[in-house]
Amino acid sequence: MSDWPILSIITFLPLVGAVFVLLIRGEEANVARNARWVALWTSGFTFLASLMLWVNFDNSTADFQFVEKAAWMPGLNISYHMGVDGISMLFVILATFLTPICILSAWEAIEKRVKEYMIAFLILETMMIGMFSALDAMLFYIFFEGVLIPMFIIIGVWGGQRRVYAAFKLFLYTLLGSVLMLVALLAMYFDAGTTDIPSLMAHDFGYNMQLWLWLAFFASFAVKVPMWPVHTWLPDAHVEAPTAGSVILAGVLLKMGGYGFLRFSLPMMPLASETFAPLIFTLSIIAVIYTSLVALVQSDMKKLIAYSSIAHMGFVTIGAFTFNQHGIEGSIFQMLSHGVVSGALFLCVGVVYDRMHTREIDAYGGLVHRMPGYAVIFMFFTMASVGLPGTGGFVGEVLVLLGAFEANTWVAFFAATGLILGAAYALYLYRRIVFGALTKENLKNILDMNPREWLIFAPLVIVVIWMGVYPVPFLDVLHVSVENLVNQVETAQAAAAQAAQLAAN
Amino acid sequence: MGDTMLNLWAALPEMFLAVAALALLMFGVFAGKDKAFRTVSWAAVVAMLVTAFLVIMGQGGPAFFGQFVADPFAQFCKVLILTGSALGIIMSIRYAERERMARFEFPILITLATVGMMAMVSATDMLSLYLGLELQSLALYVVAAIRRDTVRATESGLKYFVLGSIASGMLLYGMSMVYGFTGTTNFAVLAGVMAEGSLSVGTLVGLAFMFAGLCFKVSAVPFHMWTPDVYEGAPTPVTAFFAVAPKIAGLALFVRVAMGPFAGVVADWQQIIVLISILSMLVGAFAALRQENIKRLMAYSSIGHVGFALVGLAAGTQDGVQAILVYLGIYLVMNIGTFAVILCMRRNERMVEDIVDLSGLAKTKPMMAAVTAILMFSMAGIPPLAGFFGKFYVFKAAVDSGLITLAVIGLVTSVVSAYYYLRIIKVMYFDEPVEDFDRNGTEMNVIMAVATIVMLAFVFFPNPLTDSAAVAAAALFGN
Repeated sequence: MSDWPILSIITFLPLVGAVFVLLIRGEEANVARNARWVALWTSGFTFLASLMLWVNFDNSTADFQFVEKAAWMPGLNISYHMGVDGISMLFVILATFLTPICILSAWEAIEKRVKEYMIAFLILETMMIGMFSALDAMLFYIFFEGVLIPMFIIIGVWGGQRRVYAAFKLFLYTLLGSVLMLVALLAMYFDAGTTDIPSLMAHDFGYNMQLWLWLAFFASFAVKVPMWPVHTWLPDAHVEAPTAGSVILAGVLLKMGGYGFLRFSLPMMPLASETFAPLIFTLSIIAVIYTSLVALVQSDMKKLIAYSSIAHMGFVTIGAFTFNQHGIEGSIFQMLSHGVVSGALFLCVGVVYDRMHTREIDAYGGLVHRMPGYAVIFMFFTMASVGLPGTGGFVGEVLVLLGAFEANTWVAFFAATGLILGAAYALYLYRRIVFGALTKENLKNILDMNPREWLIFAPLVIVVIWMGVYPVPFLDVLHVSVENLVNQVETAQAAAAQAAQLAAN
Repeated sequence: MGDTMLNLWAALPEMFLAVAALALLMFGVFAGKDKAFRTVSWAAVVAMLVTAFLVIMGQGGPAFFGQFVADPFAQFCKVLILTGSALGIIMSIRYAERERMARFEFPILITLATVGMMAMVSATDMLSLYLGLELQSLALYVVAAIRRDTVRATESGLKYFVLGSIASGMLLYGMSMVYGFTGTTNFAVLAGVMAEGSLSVGTLVGLAFMFAGLCFKVSAVPFHMWTPDVYEGAPTPVTAFFAVAPKIAGLALFVRVAMGPFAGVVADWQQIIVLISILSMLVGAFAALRQENIKRLMAYSSIGHVGFALVGLAAGTQDGVQAILVYLGIYLVMNIGTFAVILCMRRNERMVEDIVDLSGLAKTKPMMAAVTAILMFSMAGIPPLAGFFGKFYVFKAAVDSGLITLAVIGLVTSVVSAYYYLRIIKVMYFDEPVEDFDRNGTEMNVIMAVATIVMLAFVFFPNPLTDSAAVAAAALFGN
């Protein structure tokens, strides 16, 4: 089993599925039904295959595993190089885990052009998995930017009222960030003579060059995360995207930025990362506090959750730049749990949106009387988002705060303030939608969740509880790789400090 | 020394194609003129395919006493040019018959222009360069105005002729300056003169004039004004042809001149190219934003693409030349595919050419919309499509030469230009459909399908194109 190119299989299986969906012909109803089933089977099977990664994963090494390497562009010394380590492996599983849920959630919500929708989602899955498992910077870039194509189509075709604006904003914003990264990649390639990620990690870039490279990568990843003040595309994109699009956007695509920081900025530009860490802390704290306040006054459910995502991602960036074991592990764990929880929250919005076709908070109220099951589920994920102990959100936030405390007390203090505000807007949202009297006429016949919807939420609930109650399996995967990353960064920073010391004497 | 030999065999493909053009002209005249249009067209296509075969199989080497060379660089460009011309003719057949443009001279003129382009890219002397260029240009002036009964086409032909003549004049003037100050027109000898020491002012002025003339031919800013008018006014298949073959030939010639005789003085002309490249990218990006006519849009898009290709030239290295050639190869396929789409924009027996006419194409013709979307994403340079790799190569060459600012400006303008490519996708996918287009011709469907497959498959098989471009670039540098 181990000699199978398992990463390539997982990456390109959805693409094969997309080709099959493309080939479906016939009457429209049949096409739609077959497209749904093919997409579900493909993504479900991809998920099962990706679990093989975890089963066979060796927790005791920081090396890349399941490595595949093949000649691709030998003239440029660029190769098809895939592999995962403790940092990236769980993201691959996050992507494969959320995709079938997205497809299932779109089962009835998407009625027009189902075939194209499924194709777009499967292509998107290939891009996401490839992005997390690419070990060549060029390959990484291709997947990283390739994500934009299906995402543009998904928002533009199946989105809401202002979908065109949102789709363009998402595309151009991220593209602008990515092209700067491309220049940085080219400069790194010129300096190191390779685009191989492990080799680039081992390469020593000069301090000044690191600063420029770091800024260029920052331009790209900060937009993706998104960090304040380049976050404005996200609320628009989330509001206009169809439910499943929001789930993938919040669940996986935002993590591309955080992952990028951990994969590129920290190990390849450790000195610049140290220099710019205060910048990251400042922006993240602003994001945590400011966007939480903005979230409080939103009247659109999806926009509120979108702003909450920005705040949560602020924790991620704080954790990543603490340069210690707790902070970085917390950062990754926070990304994973936020991926599941925010995805689930968007699905919760989707449930009522499918029934009422409005996202206005004021249009709801008292849903608990008609939809008790929904109220429980929504309550659960609201609590997870707030970071209640026993849910995944708690573990990530505590680790990040612990790491931040080790690095800088004030950062920890301000970040903790964000937690309180987070509880405020999340509970306020929940109260307005679920509690109160059921006065709205059109809500009086609303139905509780159907079996398909229960099926969608069941795995999410299980995972969130698992992550909260027994996070050890997740953290075990991270430990060695993160330790290695921390050592790498510390060694480089210590060496630079020593050199400076010598120069001063 | 090969320079002192006639070596006719090296020019066999050109001679074959020239003779074929003349034979077809005779055939056309005696076989009932315009009734023979279809036959003559397909015969010209076959002649080009045979020529391409001769180019690939040819022994090469210098010929005509140092006036001409058939090296891998020329081979590579000639294959691209012949492909572009042949596809240009194929795409025009049905159109010409429907639009009463079916003159048998049309394919013959394109064939003659192709002979001129092939001579251009093989030129190693300013005289042969000029001969080739004029043969091409004169044929193209006529082609632009081939529909002399419509005002728009006549206007565009006339504009093209007047401005083209000025450009030729500038080129000729520059060449005479260079000749006056160096005493030679031969590229190899010139290169030797340049290697000796710094450039004299006269030569530099001559060089600037030559570059200005060449910029006109490839429609680089600030010599681009003719492009939108000619692209819009000329019949669409003619525009399609203009957008690929002459552009490729012009850029190849540009490279041949800059990296041949003037390779030793890169530092003297690099700033000029950097400036022209930046201006072209900017104009290509910003001026296209508000265009409603898709042919005009393609004109600005092609100006932008020339800017990107010139980034490779600005690098002034062998990698830069390879990058340009890769770019041109991808550009050829991308543009032919897009023009095949534009030629299919036909409703109720009439051509339409506004972007809004594509509204809702995803519902009425899903496959055609998908093809167009892929081509547009590729034009915008989004990975994993082929267009990205063209940009990747030229910007890599630029960064390697230390032109980081140029690379940043270029990539940022590519984001701006992404906007109008996306707008086409938006119109097709996000807007409500208008009336369906008429049925596509089979040849158009084939061309679109092939272009799309190339765009999608390039990421998996980049090496055939990049390797042959590397060989071609190496030949130019004599290794």
